[in-house]
Amino acid sequence: MREKLQIGGRVFQSRLIFGTGGFTSLHVMELALRESGAEMATVAMRRVDPRAKGSILEVIESAGCDVLPNTAGCFTAADACLTAQLAREALQTEWIKLEVIGDDRSLLPDGPELLVAAEKLVDEGFIVLPYCNDDPILARRLEELGCAAVMPLGSPIGSGTGIRNPLNIAMILERAGVPVILDAGIGTASDATIAMELGCDGVLAASSISKAKDPVRMARSLRLAVESGRLAYEGGRIPRRLYADASSPNEGLAEFDIDAS
Amino acid sequence: MILIVNGSSMKLEDGSSIPQVIAALDIPTTKGLAVAVDGTVIPRSEWDTLALRSGMRLEVLRAVQGG
Repeated sequence: MREKLQIGGRVFQSRLIFGTGGFTSLHVMELALRESGAEMATVAMRRVDPRAKGSILEVIESAGCDVLPNTAGCFTAADACLTAQLAREALQTEWIKLEVIGDDRSLLPDGPELLVAAEKLVDEGFIVLPYCNDDPILARRLEELGCAAVMPLGSPIGSGTGIRNPLNIAMILERAGVPVILDAGIGTASDATIAMELGCDGVLAASSISKAKDPVRMARSLRLAVESGRLAYEGGRIPRRLYADASSPNEGLAEFDIDAS
Repeated sequence: MILIVNGSSMKLEDGSSIPQVIAALDIPTTKGLAVAVDGTVIPRSEWDTLALRSGMRLEVLRAVQGG
């Protein structure tokens, strides 16, 4: 029996979380979401726009997915907490992907603010999934505060540069007692596979799908990549060696008496 | 009274409450909306009864693509 992903007491069949940012239309997003097989899709909270067409909530609902609100765009713990409270009120969910970023250019998490926000939101009963740096100590601190998972970045949001420091991700995995979801930096299928081969419990993909030339195909690709990487992790890779290790037997080799000249 | 709604001034009759603000925003549905007044989330159950006063700052949010 294969182990399923469990976060906050909920069991998931899919280890891919779908980020909805960046799609050119809700229709394409819906097709990609269905193709991804994901069971949870992120949303951001923004001021209402009377000109906006369609409802992302209806699309996510019709695809059979749950919504995972985020606090994207927040620079302080106070803003992130208020945004989380608004999301809970609007969407009737305790789940929150907590983002507190340090600057506009890197969009890297602000560790101290993240810890403050995580502690408050956990106390208020939220199921907190913090987007964090690939810092094993920060990840441990977030877990100790009661976060339901940790979501270290592979590389900056939207950079598409994959996992820049796989050894740090491995260190986080070694000590983590909660699921580790690789978040941010996925550029293509192989990045997701590497994350899963490292032992990550899941992957969140947004721009890699929404900004692909064909988002629907890329969604399927990431679904397969996550599944493949997980299978490889469970299967167990062979050790890396400097030199060759013949797979064919050395015994019983024929001796040909051929004059090479 | 004058309120600041999503960063813009909005003139409403004295005694108006949150539903009048939302109606003035001309949004097709109130599903999935949340409102904060002066930095505090107002539960939907209190939208009708919260007394708004001139100068209050309201944020009216909903879920959009992101993340």
